[in-house]
Amino acid sequence: MGTIEISCVEVWREISNYLDGEVSPEARERMEAHFKVCAHCTAVLDGMRNVVGLVGDGRVFQMPDGFSKRLQERIQKLP
Amino acid sequence: MSMTQPQWRGNEAELIQSVCGGAREAFYELIRPYERMIYATAMSVVKNSADAEEVAQEAVLKALSNLAGFRAESKFSTWLIQITYNEAKMKLRKAHAHLYESIDDQQQSEEGDFWPRDFADWQPIPSELLEQNEIRQALQDAINSLGRIYREVLVLRDVEQLSIKETTIILGVSEATVKTRLHRARLLLRDSLAPGFDGCWIKGLTYRKVRPW
Repeated sequence: MGTIEISCVEVWREISNYLDGEVSPEARERMEAHFKVCAHCTAVLDGMRNVVGLVGDGRVFQMPDGFSKRLQERIQKLP
Repeated sequence: MSMTQPQWRGNEAELIQSVCGGAREAFYELIRPYERMIYATAMSVVKNSADAEEVAQEAVLKALSNLAGFRAESKFSTWLIQITYNEAKMKLRKAHAHLYESIDDQQQSEEGDFWPRDFADWQPIPSELLEQNEIRQALQDAINSLGRIYREVLVLRDVEQLSIKETTIILGVSEATVKTRLHRARLLLRDSLAPGFDGCWIKGLTYRKVRPW
């Protein structure tokens, strides 16, 4: 196996890019090898993935009641 | 006044043409799919609901009056969000500049590395938890606790799911800056939510704190 080992610090630096698929195939392979053996980095990855999933759910920024109605009214009131 | 609008059909380009041709009633139909995005963008800058709503309305009116100038070089949504973002920054400048973080917030060091502080072993969080007001509030509070430059990029990328390219256009920063800020924002958010998660996100589960040093 020719995978070059990398440190936790190097993994953390790229962890957000990893989640977004923004790392090179080589870096991805190295990071995945690291996650297999490092509980701390896996915990950081899982936590970040959880947080990204939750905020992306669409329910976090709920518009206030009546928002759409007031917006429509504002548009209609234009001279 | 009736809220039952005539149903405008057609794709975005057709709606834009209709509005520019004088059918202003079609305008709400055009922006309707982006209402939440507009609101979230405004919230990411001004941080309070009443101000965000005001910004959203102003931005939408501005979009309407400038619609004829919209060139399909960027997506309509990107253009709309960019107007909203600029409107929100203007609101901060006008009203509260001295109370808020500096407008450009550049003093906050973006140099150097940023490390996670918490190594709790996370379990997957069921999204049904978001049905609970207090959970949504906790998430909003955590997002609001981020510095503005981190909050903005997090909202555009992770809440609104815009691409890195769209985010660079709206914020007027480089791709590398978007990535760095997003990285920090996500780590900060994760760190700030971990203790809540540990104690109260899901009752009955225990989490192991693992600290390597």
